[in-house]
Amino acid sequence: MAPTVRPTVAPPLSPHLQIYRWTWTMAMSVFHRVTGTALYGGTALVAIWLVALASGPAAYGWVAWFFGSIVGKLVLFVYTWILMHHMLGGLRHFIWDFGYGFDREQRMGLARATLIGSVILTVLIWALALILR
Amino acid sequence: MADNRRNTSVTMRTPRARVKGLGASGHGAGHFWQQRLTAAANAPLMLGFIVIVAMMANRPYPEAVALMSHPLVALLLILAVISVTLHMRIGMQVVIEDYVHSKGLKLVSLFANNAYAVVVAVACLYAILRVSLGKLV
Repeated sequence: MAPTVRPTVAPPLSPHLQIYRWTWTMAMSVFHRVTGTALYGGTALVAIWLVALASGPAAYGWVAWFFGSIVGKLVLFVYTWILMHHMLGGLRHFIWDFGYGFDREQRMGLARATLIGSVILTVLIWALALILR
Repeated sequence: MADNRRNTSVTMRTPRARVKGLGASGHGAGHFWQQRLTAAANAPLMLGFIVIVAMMANRPYPEAVALMSHPLVALLLILAVISVTLHMRIGMQVVIEDYVHSKGLKLVSLFANNAYAVVVAVACLYAILRVSLGKLV
């Protein structure tokens, strides 16, 4: 049997994110991964902070100065929001793990609650921290 | 152990033995479970962490060390560091396995991920122990 010449056609690509219309659930799913990645990098800041504290007053002074500055406070504020968003996103996954929250309305509600809840929690934490200090 | 042979049809191992070997990936649902256990632990631990960070704000060095030396604070931080670094290691591994397709680069990325998680964990744990036990002030 003669060898058949295979047609050179580009293999079909499976559709990826860019061809879909953005929805709340999709946005929050992507954002869960983005916030997780950001927190991954953020642990280095925690390590620097703790190591500076262990190193002595001079090193700690620099780190404390940075986190007390406008830029440092902004970093901490965004950090808080990202942490709260990832935490609520994780709770959403727990609800799904137990088999609840899969209806269309519930999915959309949970996705919105993740974003709105993360903003409310962040503002609440900073308000409490500023009032109680 | 995973059964990684090309042809698994000719084998003396029973299907049950293969299943006990946890399938093609070699570690079955272990990561799935660990990710959820650490997630459940992270939520209260990180809320405690936020309280500690807020209490640390504007403290001069001796008082900062004193707060960090408190056993409850040190223990909470140690638990948080362990749980968080385990959680982030698995999370980043999933991201790498989803997006890095070249075999060599994937191996390097997975190694770097493990190294980063270990460095962060060890640096934090050493610092916490030194601050709480080292009599720095």
